[in-house]
Amino acid sequence: MTCTEFLAKMTDYFDGTAVEPLLTEIRTHMAECSHCEVTVNTTQQTIHIYRNQEIYAYELPETLRDKMRAAIMEKCRCSKPPRR
Amino acid sequence: MAAIQSTATEEIHPDVALVERAKGGDEAAFEQLIRQYDRQIFRIARHITQNKEDAEDIVQDTFLKAYQKLHQFQGNSKFYTWLVRIAVNESLMRLRKRRNSKTVSMDEDVQTEEGSVPRDFADWTPDPEQQYGQGELGEILRKTIAGLPPGFRSVFTLRDVENLSTEETAEALGLSVPAVKSRLLRARLQLRERLSKYMKVKDGVSK
Repeated sequence: MTCTEFLAKMTDYFDGTAVEPLLTEIRTHMAECSHCEVTVNTTQQTIHIYRNQEIYAYELPETLRDKMRAAIMEKCRCSKPPRR
Repeated sequence: MAAIQSTATEEIHPDVALVERAKGGDEAAFEQLIRQYDRQIFRIARHITQNKEDAEDIVQDTFLKAYQKLHQFQGNSKFYTWLVRIAVNESLMRLRKRRNSKTVSMDEDVQTEEGSVPRDFADWTPDPEQQYGQGELGEILRKTIAGLPPGFRSVFTLRDVENLSTEETAEALGLSVPAVKSRLLRARLQLRERLSKYMKVKDGVSK
């Protein structure tokens, strides 16, 4: 497996959709290629950091949520009601 | 027969009942749907537009549009995925307006290979999140993701931040599954490359 072929399969590896014999080929390549091993590890860290941090960074304050929900409901009442 | 009915009932998503009640004019049911998904819609809009005020407007526009089009929702997909699709379209429309251009779409800049081929192979510090203060790290992450084309930002946000499945991401963005996989790979690699300069071990010593 070349590095280009490895990169093409990296999404399947991350998402757990890579199955044998591909999985063994991926693991073998990672054991032999330090560049690809670092790429995998740091890409996993990238995903982890964003998932961890961004969920909280863009949190809406409760008061703003209440205000927005009230505004949405008001607009809904003024617009056409849902029809079946 | 009773067992079959019971299994079928269990598979129905709780949103289906809320949507049905909302279609029938039950305001409390629609309000409940807003409560369940306003935070996620805000985060998605904020990521795509990179603007807080736009994201607040998009939350309101998305739910209003959903309410008006509720009769069109047939339940073939999850209500949340349907809602996300509206929010993504609204977000891209905002970007288009802000830039006064017709070019902002899911396809914008996605042909670029820049940053998609790994060049930085330095390992990161074992715990990169501890290197920076909360505010500083947040700034680095925002600056880094803001540099991605909107099409890549959308795929990464839905799949990796909001944890939608690849299939749900494809449905929400109106893309094929292979297109999502390809864009996701490039988005992840570009983010990794850009974050590397902040996170890597410098001269073999953690900061």
